[in-house]
Amino acid sequence: MAGLHKSEFENPVINWVDSRLPIFTMLQKEYGVFPTPRNFNYFWNFGALAMINLVIMIATGIFLAMNYTAHKDMAFDSVERIMRDVNWGWLLRYVHANGASMFFIVVYIHMFRGLYYGSYKTPRELLWILGVIIMLLMMATAFMGYVLPWGQMSYWGATVITNLFSAFPLVGEHIVTWLWGGFSVDNPTLNRFFSLHYLLPFVLVGVVFLHIAALHITGSNNPLGIDVKGPQDTLPFHPYYTIKDSVGICVYFIVFALFVFFAPNYLGHADNYIPANPLVTPAHIVPEWYFLPFYAILRSVPDKLGGVLLMFASIGVLALLPWLDTSPVRSARFRPVYRILIIVLVVTCVVLGVCGGKPAEGIWVVLSRIATAYYFLHFLVILPVLGKFERTLPLPESISRAVLPTGGGPLPGGAAAKPMEKA
Amino acid sequence: MADSAAAPQAAPHAGGAEVTKRDFLKLVTAAGAAVGVGAIVWPLVDSMNPSADVLALSSTTVDLAPVTAGQAITVMWRGKPVFVRHRTPEEIAKAKVDDKGRLPDPALDAARVKPGKEQWLIVVGICTHLGCVPLGNRSTEVRGEYGGWFCPCHGSHYDTSGRIRQGPAPANLAVPPYAFEGDTKIKIG
Amino acid sequence: MKLLRNIAAAALLALGTPAAALAAGEEIKFPPQIWSFSGPFGTFDRASAQRGFQVYSEVCSACHAVKQAYYRDLKGIGLSEKEVEAIAAAVMVPAIGDDGAPTERKGMPSDRFRSPYANEKAARAAFNGAYPPDLSVMIKARPGGADQLYALLVGYSDPPAGVTVGDGMYYNKYFAGHQIAMAPPLADGRVTYADGTRASVEQMSRDVTTFLAYIAEPEMETRKRLGVKVVLFLLFLTGLTYATKRKVWSDVH
Repeated sequence: MAGLHKSEFENPVINWVDSRLPIFTMLQKEYGVFPTPRNFNYFWNFGALAMINLVIMIATGIFLAMNYTAHKDMAFDSVERIMRDVNWGWLLRYVHANGASMFFIVVYIHMFRGLYYGSYKTPRELLWILGVIIMLLMMATAFMGYVLPWGQMSYWGATVITNLFSAFPLVGEHIVTWLWGGFSVDNPTLNRFFSLHYLLPFVLVGVVFLHIAALHITGSNNPLGIDVKGPQDTLPFHPYYTIKDSVGICVYFIVFALFVFFAPNYLGHADNYIPANPLVTPAHIVPEWYFLPFYAILRSVPDKLGGVLLMFASIGVLALLPWLDTSPVRSARFRPVYRILIIVLVVTCVVLGVCGGKPAEGIWVVLSRIATAYYFLHFLVILPVLGKFERTLPLPESISRAVLPTGGGPLPGGAAAKPMEKA
Repeated sequence: MADSAAAPQAAPHAGGAEVTKRDFLKLVTAAGAAVGVGAIVWPLVDSMNPSADVLALSSTTVDLAPVTAGQAITVMWRGKPVFVRHRTPEEIAKAKVDDKGRLPDPALDAARVKPGKEQWLIVVGICTHLGCVPLGNRSTEVRGEYGGWFCPCHGSHYDTSGRIRQGPAPANLAVPPYAFEGDTKIKIG
Repeated sequence: MKLLRNIAAAALLALGTPAAALAAGEEIKFPPQIWSFSGPFGTFDRASAQRGFQVYSEVCSACHAVKQAYYRDLKGIGLSEKEVEAIAAAVMVPAIGDDGAPTERKGMPSDRFRSPYANEKAARAAFNGAYPPDLSVMIKARPGGADQLYALLVGYSDPPAGVTVGDGMYYNKYFAGHQIAMAPPLADGRVTYADGTRASVEQMSRDVTTFLAYIAEPEMETRKRLGVKVVLFLLFLTGLTYATKRKVWSDVH
């Protein structure tokens, strides 16, 4: 493989670079002509949106870090200085804080897309698992970022979440002391959280790269969940999907802007504008909204270790999903029962989220137990069994036949009759 | 799968007018997006400019009373040293004579001090070459060939009016904006 | 699309959660007020905020700091450079003298508001163990925001029959537990407004709340003004992008 790459670019500068390092050829192949199923709906925007969101978080984060002081006596004031004195500091901080929420909204919808259209099934199992790893990294990053302003919720959130590890027998207490670097959440904890909060996004970039690399090996799934049979089933990524993603990006920016400019603290907690006080715990401590379902699962178990294990299991079970779902059909469009169950699962997660935000008492405990049980039932029992018994609808012959009105032949399934929704 | 379909497909071409309209739309959209990206980048860049608290701290008052003739003090202004020198009559006379000497950056001594306050020379203590702090503000330090200041980094000599006389520095020591608030008090900035 | 509608409904439910979570526990409803600064086009009522600054200086500042604010911030509620300089100069702020010993000097617009005490311990010693919280971001630090602060200031009354209030505590129907260590700070005519506005408890509460809302979010007017422009621009760009998308895809459909 020695020797120069034979570049086809005419521009001499691009050609010179491309011959030595074929990045332009690669970009052209992976994002220019890359054959992409022609029947994506707008759910397929959310991967690009997540990518944009990650870039926004890293960019604003770097500039915020230029003005932030990771010291327990100065962190809160340095954040207020960012808000008041640094040029556009309020914008950077509000974009970064709301960006975290937007990131989870986007990624949760992206995951729902995967669940609904069976994107985790063979041959995309590894792609899906990389996605689960991305979510775990996001959660760790978001959690540590929330500690940095050193408000009451920062402090007590850090205390509660790090204390999860004390549930493990024998080593638990030592792990927690090690995490804290002391005997409570304190300055050493803040310093290491800042360091890791700065590091993890770049690890995230690495895993996202692998996620995309794996995607470009298997190719994208599509709303019909059937394989691409030939060139008639695909379109070049550019300009068709670059422009379609751009539409989604614009709408996403509008939602983002409404939060940042008109309700910047809506998704946060008022208590985090009170400086951290190790002597007083706020009356109701709740994590950020995107952690609420997991928090509900944690609290639904009366046993400390059991709750922690179950919470981690709720994510672990996602990694096993490609093998738990035994149905050979990918898209929920052709799985009439699964199609209802997936909506039930979404409702279950929302119920868990609501329960997580309520005090752990009365009806909320009962509800969160039922929802937790159903969550695991869905993945561990229903999905393996359903795959064996569900009567799926006939699959279309190919994407182009289902898509093009001129493709001829009866269109199977009611949903397939209108496969280009909004597209 | 990616390989089997790797051949790029040219989009079927529509009529000429259609193409023009499409190209125009693409151009306008791209321009709009460029404006948007610019608007996003600017706050990031501008956040590195001096912040409101830094700008608000841009003045310093100095009490001159304790500084006797021939002495000099160094005060901080905007994080930089400012030389406040109480010149002797001989130094003032020398500076006036030097008005007619060889000056790389010509300036009259009278233009570098306040009228009636010729004994007070106030200059930013940063060599105009590459930003070192020149020696000579203490009477024990070398003051260079011209009795003013001497920058040890690359050998620039300044005279008793803070003007560059010899060496690589291109300009005189800068005179900061200041005003007398009474006989022995100045406000810099 | 039915699926999208379902998602939207789920998302709405999820978004409602934080607010619901905060309202949990013993429910105290704060009567909603109309504020000059609420809504997407809200601005701070300058006259009210200036009166509020007077209330803060003459009443609240005896116990409560607003340590994040600078005197120069007062320009944002319509005071001139000269007025701000005069206000700052009338305050002695802590400094280190040339001899290295702590001393005081005249305030400057670049100084932060002077705190009534040196640190939290000094405050607790002076206030019988209680710590009058810093008011810099108070409006953002309470789930009820401005409504909650206003309600608290006007919420003092004699305890209803059957309720006993602890020693050194006061009854307030809008404070959690209804017992608060802060004595009723305002009484009709507590301050004399230069502009002739009658200084009722309600008026002073409204004014000082407006002032503190400004101190909590001095960027608010800029933020909302910019937000309107950004959203309008994005709507325009979305339309343009969608039109281009339709054109690009026209030969596929």
